[in-house]
Amino acid sequence: MAAPVRPTEQAGTASRSGREPGRWSGLAARLRPRATFARHAALALLALVVVVLVLELTGPFRNSQFATMSYYAVAAAGLTVLTGLNGQISLGHGALMAVGAYTTGLLLPADVPLLLVLVIAAGVTALVGVLVGAAAARLKGPYLAGATLAFAVALPGLAIHFDEALGGEQGLPVPSPRPPDWFADAVYFLSANETSSAKYLAYVGWLVAIVAFLLLANLTASRIGRIWKAVRDDEVAAELAGVRLSRVRVLAFAVSAACAGLAGGVLGVVVRLAAPTGFTIVLSISLLTAVVVGGLGSLLGAVLGSALLVFLPPAVTDLGASAGLTDVQAAQLAPFVYGAVLILVILLAPGGVVGTVRARWHARTTAPAGAPEERTGRS
Amino acid sequence: MRRSRRVRALTALALGAVLALAGCGAGGRPDPGSGGGAASGGSTVGITADSVKVGSHFPLTGVAAPGYSEIPTGTKAYFDWVNAHGGVNGRKIDYVFRDDAYNPTQTSQVVNELVLQDQVFAILGGLGTPTHGAVLDFLGAEGVPDLFVSSGSLLWDQPRKYPTTFGWQPDYEIEAKILADHVATTFPQARVGLFLQNDDVGEDAERGIRRYLDKQIVSVQRYTPGNTDIGPQMSALQAANADLVIGFNVPSYTALTQLQGLKLNYRPQWVYSNIGADPVLVGSLLGRFSQGQVTDAALLDGMITDEYLPRADNPSDAWTAQFDAIWKAHGDGGALTNFRIFGMSQGYAFVQALLAAGPNPTREGLVQAIEKGGTRFAGPWAAPYRFTADKHSGISGAKVVRVTGDSTTALGPVRVTDNGDAPITDATNGETPVPPNGIPAAPGGT
Repeated sequence: MAAPVRPTEQAGTASRSGREPGRWSGLAARLRPRATFARHAALALLALVVVVLVLELTGPFRNSQFATMSYYAVAAAGLTVLTGLNGQISLGHGALMAVGAYTTGLLLPADVPLLLVLVIAAGVTALVGVLVGAAAARLKGPYLAGATLAFAVALPGLAIHFDEALGGEQGLPVPSPRPPDWFADAVYFLSANETSSAKYLAYVGWLVAIVAFLLLANLTASRIGRIWKAVRDDEVAAELAGVRLSRVRVLAFAVSAACAGLAGGVLGVVVRLAAPTGFTIVLSISLLTAVVVGGLGSLLGAVLGSALLVFLPPAVTDLGASAGLTDVQAAQLAPFVYGAVLILVILLAPGGVVGTVRARWHARTTAPAGAPEERTGRS
Repeated sequence: MRRSRRVRALTALALGAVLALAGCGAGGRPDPGSGGGAASGGSTVGITADSVKVGSHFPLTGVAAPGYSEIPTGTKAYFDWVNAHGGVNGRKIDYVFRDDAYNPTQTSQVVNELVLQDQVFAILGGLGTPTHGAVLDFLGAEGVPDLFVSSGSLLWDQPRKYPTTFGWQPDYEIEAKILADHVATTFPQARVGLFLQNDDVGEDAERGIRRYLDKQIVSVQRYTPGNTDIGPQMSALQAANADLVIGFNVPSYTALTQLQGLKLNYRPQWVYSNIGADPVLVGSLLGRFSQGQVTDAALLDGMITDEYLPRADNPSDAWTAQFDAIWKAHGDGGALTNFRIFGMSQGYAFVQALLAAGPNPTREGLVQAIEKGGTRFAGPWAAPYRFTADKHSGISGAKVVRVTGDSTTALGPVRVTDNGDAPITDATNGETPVPPNGIPAAPGGT
């Protein structure tokens, strides 16, 4: 038997969902699972379907771009949770990705299964994150940025110092995993396409991303996520309410680092190499710009921002080349346009893509009902 | 009631999604062997009756861009010149190069783009050890000819593991052997110090140097790229009374060692490897690092290095004159530099390899042609390649020179050798005359 429905809640949903509670909003309300986890799981399932469709309908080069996008998205999601929800800034996530990539590079040749390797990579990086987070918990604003910046600059140097074990400047080769037969068969069953290496890696990347996003979404919607936001919004109030600030900060940093480690592991198998030159400060800053452009604190924003990281530079380069620039000039155009986009977003749409769209949406739906509700654009 | 309807609706949604996916599928695999195979002659991706597409990756932006970004402009000018003279067997060369900012992650992305999207026939002259190292597996697995990698690492010579990859410049080991042999015979009393980059460059070089100078070495110092404080290393060399220092380092560290030497009043005889010795680039770096106090490369006067390509500042060389004419016709207006000559020479080598592959080249045919005839390819480079089916190493030798003013003087004939304990001998090939228009002729009846 169905559980009894509480009439008050039902009425509340109807009045909240817009001016015309027609059959569509009614259907949406009915389809929308009430439990947070169920709602997120349904979204994850939907995302999985989208991923399969997109990867099967695009060619191998796009597949490889989507593989790249998947690890940027996971790392950016970790960062957006840290910065957007807990208010800590990190310029060290590129180095944390290096930890994940090198862990993967060391474990994969030892015949450890890929999924286990990725979990271990996330775990090891989370431990590093605890160490960095413990130091960072005492710092704020520019000091925290400076400390994590130093970490980002220093860490790749370790790979050069311990070049016997870590391959030095020329890097540690990461064996590219081959798609298992059952996986290739399953994909063939669905789409009649063979599974290229690029496509398999894109699937691995996006499966990892979907799981990571599901966990992050639930975490941020839980008591822990609310505490993080409380610490971000008012430390004194949070402390008065019994929150132990440093412990919360360290936890947030560790969770965020685990995401970076996971992303680094995927990066390792996609790039097939972990080398210090791949984890410069530029990577850390790219992640931060992805988060800002997409919308700080929003997981969807992290996905949009990472899409920009992957698809904008080649598009701009091609555009420049077809506009008659030399190849060198066209290549130099890409970082310029990227910088210009970042400046414009900060000037014109400080909430990023997601923040701006959400603000517009709320302005439209709530304005006629009276005084507009104060929205931060972060949820 | 409502709840059960919701559950049912959700289930229906999920089922629908799965069905939609399954519906567009094949259901199962056809029997193996029924698929249409490619033509047995080999892969002709990127090559048509009137065009051939070639790709490459270089640092066009970022810290490694100065100097190196000029290489592909030279290659492009050379290919434009060849195309203006009718192409190779009627095929115009379509050359695409992309920016990897000297970051292996980006190299892997742009090479994916070149191979999967642009569908290039071959990769030519991809630059850098960590960067190109990231795409070796991929290019080998895809069967893309990976010709003339712009790096002296020994990684490129693994024909069994990477059958399509070929080196280009003399590797660091044989370069070190040739320089060390010269030092051992010319400066038998010298107290030798080594200044080495702390990676494969330094390791390969030290192995080569120790074959000839093991007893003369008084100090070995290493630096880590990125750490610009080389004071301790230079002081250690000075304390060991090293009066001749061999440096295997990148250009910025040539400038740093010179400036640090000035500070310490330490002026040994310097011997730099070819990669660290471009006087124009080092001169500009000296100016930048010293904030204008040192304005030219005069500090480098008297230093010893080695060369395996014609120099831009030597217009009396027939090859340089030819390259200058090509650069004037198809260049971007800038000066002809050593980096551009490097790129043009790679372009020349590619045209030669393509001609050797016959009128209808395939990817496999190109690789086989280089393995078969590679040792006989002659061009602007000083010594022959070592290309065979078992060896994919590039140019086999170089000549030792002394920097005098803005130019260099040869200190002996071109010397050739191979890895390991192969002896060093004078080159027997002599200088290659410039073919008409600077375009190689098709090999006759090999």
